[in-house]
Amino acid sequence: MAERMYILVIGAGKVGWNLARELLEKGHEVTLIENNHERFATVEQELEHSVQYGDASELWVLERAGISRADMVIAVTGDDEDNMLICQVAREKYSVERIIARVNNPRNRQHFELLGVTPYVSATDLILRLLEHEVPEYGLIHLLDLPEERLEIIEMLLADDSRVAGQRVGDLNMPQGSLLISVLREGRGFVPAPDTVLEAGDEVLAVLDPGLEEDLKAFFGPNGG
Amino acid sequence: MLREGHQVSCVDEDPEAHALLEVSLESSWEDAGGQFTVGTGLETDALLAAGVEQADAFIASTDGDNTNIVIAQIAQRRFKVPTVIARILDPLRAEWYENQGVRTICPTRVAIEMLEGFVRDSVGGGAGEAA
Repeated sequence: MAERMYILVIGAGKVGWNLARELLEKGHEVTLIENNHERFATVEQELEHSVQYGDASELWVLERAGISRADMVIAVTGDDEDNMLICQVAREKYSVERIIARVNNPRNRQHFELLGVTPYVSATDLILRLLEHEVPEYGLIHLLDLPEERLEIIEMLLADDSRVAGQRVGDLNMPQGSLLISVLREGRGFVPAPDTVLEAGDEVLAVLDPGLEEDLKAFFGPNGG
Repeated sequence: MLREGHQVSCVDEDPEAHALLEVSLESSWEDAGGQFTVGTGLETDALLAAGVEQADAFIASTDGDNTNIVIAQIAQRRFKVPTVIARILDPLRAEWYENQGVRTICPTRVAIEMLEGFVRDSVGGGAGEAA
């Protein structure tokens, strides 16, 4: 393990409890905070002193758990307002460098962003993304989105009628702001050379500036489309 | 506020809350010039329907501190309402958010001050020791 961290995990539901256990197993120091006494008692039987009872939206509870020396705060309660505010306070009041928040209702994502609570994790979004992966007619798959760094990586399947099938990579005139970084063929990935010839059925990975998805879709898409 | 001639728009997730608004009102809430929207403060649509974009002042006073702090910041940052006030029961957080530029009312703080005042008055205004 590269670095032993002190991590506060807020909310000992299924997500929080399992996460805390895995982080402990990886050798991190963890404090899990739970505000339901019955749940706390259950979890305490396993995690012992690594779990504390209290409402983590109250500052004294965070302070008792040692938030000022925490390297990371992960808020995974079932309540979006709690997750937002715990992370906001952790970052802005206690200068915790790394935060992760759970989004329960995807409609609240805009509020997380407004309050500067990023990155966040939304189970709904993750499932939708898997769905995109499984359902090819979506065409273009987002593999990585880093809006603040203005960076995206996408994957696209080259259909039989793709206009670039049969072309040499060196001859491709990729849209400005995009770069072909990898080709997956028959289950194996490789970095294409200028004389690599693209084939229908290839999956291509490209890095691009945000906003170029449609251009790339057209570029790798069907002829004359 | 309505009686003073202001336009008032209320948002509550409970449709029944409307009846409370009409207690001791001679006419209906709407006839008196009020507006009522069913929804929660986290629903952007409900806030828009209630006219948040035209509001001069926004008061977040649900029974949850966390909800109030979040929607007050939404009103302030997203909809740029000039005056935003949040009810926060927890004195520590009320103080911190006040320092962050969210105007807060802390009923706990107010009650403590009133109680302290009563105690001081009844023991003769002074340097008496706390019980």
